[in-house]
Amino acid sequence: MVNRISFSIFTALMLLVTAVFGQENAETVQQAATQQNTETGPVNEFFRSNSKIYVAVGILVIIFSCITIYLVRLDRKISRLEKEK
Amino acid sequence: MLLLYVIIGGFMVPVPVIGNNQQAARSIFFHLPMWMAMYTLLTISVVNSIWYLATNDLKKDVRASSAGSVGVLFGVMGFLTGMLWATYTWGGTIVNDPKQMTTAIALAIYMAYLVLRMSFTDIDKRARVSAIYNVFAFALLIPLTYIIPRTVDSLHPGSASSPGFSDKDTAGTIKMVLWPAFIGFTLLGIWIYTLRNRYKRLALKNILHG
Repeated sequence: MVNRISFSIFTALMLLVTAVFGQENAETVQQAATQQNTETGPVNEFFRSNSKIYVAVGILVIIFSCITIYLVRLDRKISRLEKEK
Repeated sequence: MLLLYVIIGGFMVPVPVIGNNQQAARSIFFHLPMWMAMYTLLTISVVNSIWYLATNDLKKDVRASSAGSVGVLFGVMGFLTGMLWATYTWGGTIVNDPKQMTTAIALAIYMAYLVLRMSFTDIDKRARVSAIYNVFAFALLIPLTYIIPRTVDSLHPGSASSPGFSDKDTAGTIKMVLWPAFIGFTLLGIWIYTLRNRYKRLALKNILHG
């Protein structure tokens, strides 16, 4: 049960982060007149803004969420083991 | 602490501007350690597999499978981060890059290892067959991800036609963050591996006799 709750909190946080990123997006799109925009669309322009620093941020987000998902799954397995006893 | 230093330092140190990387070059501090952690964990895995074949001790097999699983996790993370990075520097998520292709093959081989393990019901047979498979997988991993990409033209730095990042690192700042990053992420991987190993040993307690 605790797992479920922590997982839903995590998911909600991730959704919040996406929402916040989306907000920021709209503001940065105007400023982001970078030279090498080969593709358009808000996501592309966002990642190319501020000298592509958000690529590095995105990579950290990927690593963090992968490790967290793995650990949450391990946590669930351990709980199942605890229940069996 | 080491990882904290890497995350903060990774965004603060000056990095050389190479090609169209711009500030995305900072991703090297997080993308490369994934592979180092993966190599370490898969080495632990194959050593334990050989050890299992030599001693027939099931605990070694449990270790090999845990290390393999966490190794694949780091491999997948490395691949995903590489995909994001490639999208904004090479102009495509999956491009015609030999290193990316061979790594995808190597990862598929290791995922097959994990699937192979699940397909057995007999625990001794599972241990023996997957240990042998693991040795072959490791023998393929090193040439596929390390040797072949260096001999052919690649978009990755450090291949036959492109120089490595280290030549441009005039101030030595990349090295200053990169080495702690290697150690930090590898230790994180080993820690997750011991967690998984402990779980598996608990789950198989009746068979392993403690």
